[in-house]
Amino acid sequence: MSNQTVKFSEEALAECHKIIKRYPSGKQKSALLPILHIAQAENDGWLSPATMDKVAEIIGIKSVEVYEVASFYSMYNLKPVGKCVLEVCRTVPCWLNGAEELVAYLEKKLNIKAGETTKDGMFTIKTVECLGSCGTAPMLQCGANYHENLTNEKTDALIEKLKAENTRKSYTDII
Amino acid sequence: MGKKLLLEHINVPGIQSLEVYRKMGGYASVEKAIKTMSPDEIVEEVKKSGLRGRGGAGFPTGMKWSFLAKPAGIPRYLVCNADESEPGTFKDRYLMEKIPHALIEGMITSSFALGANTSYIYIRGEYFYVSRILERAIEEAYAAGWLGKNILGSGYDLDLYVQVGGGAYICGEETALLESLEGKRGNPRIKPPFPAVKGLYDSPTVVNNVETIAAVVPIVNHGGDEYAKIGIGKSTGTKLISAGGNINKPGVYEIELGVSVEEFIFSDEYCGGIPDGRKLKACVPGGSSVPILPADLLLKTSTGENRLMSYESLSEGGFATGSMLGSGGFIVYDERACIVRSTWNYSRFYHHESCGQCSPCREGTSWMEKILHRLEYGHGRSEDIDLLWDIQRKIEGNTICPLGDAAAWPVAAAIRHFRHEFEYHAKYPDKVKDIKHTPPPMPSRVTV
Repeated sequence: MSNQTVKFSEEALAECHKIIKRYPSGKQKSALLPILHIAQAENDGWLSPATMDKVAEIIGIKSVEVYEVASFYSMYNLKPVGKCVLEVCRTVPCWLNGAEELVAYLEKKLNIKAGETTKDGMFTIKTVECLGSCGTAPMLQCGANYHENLTNEKTDALIEKLKAENTRKSYTDII
Repeated sequence: MGKKLLLEHINVPGIQSLEVYRKMGGYASVEKAIKTMSPDEIVEEVKKSGLRGRGGAGFPTGMKWSFLAKPAGIPRYLVCNADESEPGTFKDRYLMEKIPHALIEGMITSSFALGANTSYIYIRGEYFYVSRILERAIEEAYAAGWLGKNILGSGYDLDLYVQVGGGAYICGEETALLESLEGKRGNPRIKPPFPAVKGLYDSPTVVNNVETIAAVVPIVNHGGDEYAKIGIGKSTGTKLISAGGNINKPGVYEIELGVSVEEFIFSDEYCGGIPDGRKLKACVPGGSSVPILPADLLLKTSTGENRLMSYESLSEGGFATGSMLGSGGFIVYDERACIVRSTWNYSRFYHHESCGQCSPCREGTSWMEKILHRLEYGHGRSEDIDLLWDIQRKIEGNTICPLGDAAAWPVAAAIRHFRHEFEYHAKYPDKVKDIKHTPPPMPSRVTV
C-alpha cells in the first residue's frame, strides 16, 4: 500500500455517504463511479493507489474492485496531471472542423505534446474521443466546462484566463 | 415549419425552471397518467404511437415496455440512457441542458406506466455539468410533490436519481450501462436474459434513451393515435437530428420524420447548405456507426426516389446502397474531406472504445486502425484494402454486443463507396503521407 496522504474534506465525505444511500441495501458498490469523481477532485486530479484504497474503505468493497473500474474508464487519471487538463475532442465531426489544427496550436503554444504536462504543472493536453459537442466544433473540455467553437484567438484567451485563475479544474466543479 | 413536440418551448426564457415549465403546460402528462389512466393504458398508447427507440436501434418502445416481467415482490426499474456518446450525436445533451423538466416529466410518467418506484438517469461523466442541471430540476420536482411519496395523492411513490458515468462509449449499450450503474467495468452482458427479465440488480428493467422518454410526454398528452399521424409510414412522430460537420448551421433540429434529406441539408430552416459554396461529398446520417453514403446515394435511393429522413428511406437498398437513421447524428462531409483519414479516425475511436471482452472486436479494431493508419501515412499496400474488408467481415455478427458491428460497418461502407480513394492512397504513398485534411483532388467516385 502506498503511504501517500489521501485527502477527503468533510463535505466530500458527507457527499459520498449521501450518494451511497441512493441505492438499495447491499448495492452500495453502485456508488463507485460517482465517488471516484469526488476522490479525484479532492486529490489533485488523479487517483493514486492510496486514494483508491480509501474509496474502497468508504464503500466497503475490495481495493481490486476499485482498481479494475478506475482503469476501465477514460475520465479517471491514474497518474498525476496538470491543474488544467485540456481535453481536446478529435473524433470525426471535430476533425472536419479543425480539431487537428487545434491540437497542433495548443502543442506549439504550450510547448508540450499531447499527453504531456507543462513543467510548471499548469496544463496537460489530452486528446479524447467524441464529447457530444459536434455542432460546436472544434472544442475542448477543461474540468466541468465545455469550451466550444474554438479559434486561435479564443484559445489564447482561454489559456490566459486559466493562467490568471491558477486553480485546479475538476469535473465536479459547479458552473 | 414542421411540428415541434419536444423543442416547442426550448427558447422560452427560464424554461429550465419548474415554474416556467409548468406555465407552458409542463407535467400535464403526469397528472393525466396518474389521475385518469392505468399503467397498461399508458403502455397501450405508447404502442399505438409507433414510437421507436431514439438511441439508435429504432426498436418499438411500446413493445419493449410490454416485455417487462412483473414477478410479485420484486422491484422493477426504469433506467434512462443519457450516455450519449455516438460520434455526431449531441441532441440529448441539448434537450437535458435546455429543458431538463421534459426528461424528468417523461421519467415520472414512464415509471408510473412500468410500475417502477426507483428510477435512474445514467448520464455520461463528461456531461457532469448537465447532471447538475438535472439534479436541480429533480429537487424542484420533489419540492413540488411530483416526485417522492404519494405523488398527487395517488399512493404512487417514485424516487429519481442521476448517476454519472466515467467515460466509456460502451456504456451506451444497455447491458454495459447496467453493469456500470452497478459500479463495475462496462462489459456488455450475454443475452438472454434480456434486461426486461434480469436487468439492474437482477430485477426487471427497461432502459430507454433520453429522447424516447421525453417523447412519452406528448404521446400521453395527445394520445398515441395523434402522435402516429405525424411522420411517414412506420417512422412516426418527430426526431431530434444532431447536425454537424461541414454545414452552415450546425445544431439540433426537431424534424417531422419524412423530410427529404436534400431539404434538410440545403434549406435555411435546417442545415443551411455547405459553407463557401463547396460541394456535398458524403454524409454519415445516423451517428458514426452507420454506413457513409456518397452524395448521390444520400440524396436519391438507387431506384431514383428522393431519400427521406426516416427509418425506412435511409435504409432503402440495404447496406449496398443505403444506410440507417440510427441516433440521428448527421455528419456532413464537403468535397475536401479525405475518406481514408475519416475511416482511420472512426477505427481509432472503436479500437479505443472496445471493452476487450470479445476477440474479434478487441483484436480486429486494433488491426483495422493500424492498417488504416499506414494507408493514410503512406506505408500502405494495395492488398491492405482486401485485408480490411476481410477483417471487418469477420468482426460483424461475431461479438456479444453491437460495438463489433458498429466498428465494422464504417470501414465496409467506406471501401464499398470510396474504394478508389483507398487505392489512391496505396498507389501514391508519397502524395498522401504528409497530407492531413485537404488531400489533392481525388479521381471521381467509381461505382463498385
